[in-house]
Amino acid sequence: MIKPQDLKFTGYRRPDGRFGARNYVLIIPVDDLSNAAAEGVAHNIRGTMALPHPYGRLQFGEDLELTFRTLAGQGRNPNCAAAIVIGIEPNWTDRIVKEIAKTGKPVAGFAIERSGDHKTIEAASRKAKEFVHYATEIARTPFTVKELTMSTKCGESDTTSGLASNPTVGRTFERLADAGATLIFGETTEVTGGEDIIMQQCATPEIAAQFKAAFDDYQNLVESQGVSLLGSQPTEGNIRGGLTTIEEKALGNIQKAGRCPIIDFLKPAVEPRKPGLSFMDSSSAAAEMVTLCAAAGSVVHYFTTGQGNVIGNPVIPVIKLSANPLTVATMSEHVDVDLTGMLRLEMNLDQAADAALLMLERTINGRLTAAEILRHNEFVLTKLYRSA
Amino acid sequence: MKHGILVHELVDDVGVAVADLQAGTEIGAVTLEGQPAGSVKLINDVPLGHKVAMKNIANGKDVVEYGRVIGVATQAAPQGSHVHTHNLKTKRWK
Repeated sequence: MIKPQDLKFTGYRRPDGRFGARNYVLIIPVDDLSNAAAEGVAHNIRGTMALPHPYGRLQFGEDLELTFRTLAGQGRNPNCAAAIVIGIEPNWTDRIVKEIAKTGKPVAGFAIERSGDHKTIEAASRKAKEFVHYATEIARTPFTVKELTMSTKCGESDTTSGLASNPTVGRTFERLADAGATLIFGETTEVTGGEDIIMQQCATPEIAAQFKAAFDDYQNLVESQGVSLLGSQPTEGNIRGGLTTIEEKALGNIQKAGRCPIIDFLKPAVEPRKPGLSFMDSSSAAAEMVTLCAAAGSVVHYFTTGQGNVIGNPVIPVIKLSANPLTVATMSEHVDVDLTGMLRLEMNLDQAADAALLMLERTINGRLTAAEILRHNEFVLTKLYRSA
Repeated sequence: MKHGILVHELVDDVGVAVADLQAGTEIGAVTLEGQPAGSVKLINDVPLGHKVAMKNIANGKDVVEYGRVIGVATQAAPQGSHVHTHNLKTKRWK
């Protein structure tokens, strides 16, 4: 049986002491208007990556704060060596620059008004080139499982997720939590029918109460719209795969937490405060959830799928695990860890967890995941409500 | 008999087909730990990943998987029948 503390991780040590599994120079647009300039810089400068997105204007309150936290979180993420922030005007741009600068890593902001795209792209490109020289001279060094922050989420789940791939992640998370890793899971509506199990797993009544408040808040939001999630949860893909009810989907979903105590409740895109498994309030939509995990500082992600969700993320490598033989046969280019042997009883849970941990080690050490190679760079902001 | 159905818990009303199963065949069930969980003669074709009634489930009865209630039967589902959206619904969303 493989123990996480015996795995040999190497990564990029950042000025704040955290370790990254990747070494990106990110070009982060503050708003939709700045996507063109950000992509212009990324086009000019090898070794950079832009994160275009459709929001950042006329947002307010908690929704705006979440957008700031999510954008700054990409730059703060240990997989990011240095960041360029480009916004239409300087004030909101500076807010994101300042949050990233707290990590001590190189960051620079540029505003388009009173310069135009051309001058902005020129100035930002010069700075981005400096950052790439800086990043490419950072060597990988060993780090321990205690310095690892990672996350999990399932997608296009079916009954094989609940039988095999989710319990596999649960077993690896039990071992990783015991070894001192920092772990994130969430998907607030998708525990409906198993919310009492989540509450029992919470380490203190306070954490259970925080989780329940977020859970009830979302159920009330749905009800206040005069609708239900029937037809959305489970999804049509889930139903095609044999899942019938939200309760059944939830009981499969929460297998990913294993028997780990839940030691903290986090608002979306908030960095974990201590080692162990934290529940992050989050959507169950794959790209939104993984983007929030990246914002919270996860450096690698276990993504289990039944029917074949093909999601990836630009900032964190997404390791795809599946136990569905039809999916593995027809969509093999998307699958990193084949767990179909579990359904044939040729592979038990501990053997499956070993396979998942070995792929974690290889991925952290530089093996590109299927989603990375296939350029699945889904970067999706969670919007809490309409803009002004 | 080679197993074709996995069950989460021995108390469960339903098991999961791990291959496309044909009506009329007798199919063995096991738990994930390999413990025998009986066998059923299939009444319907059941596709890979879909559920099979391991017992006779009466209309209106709670249906158990993972040792927990996953919904309520909206029509009778005799042992060996396909259990899905046509005869099982959530107790949560209205």
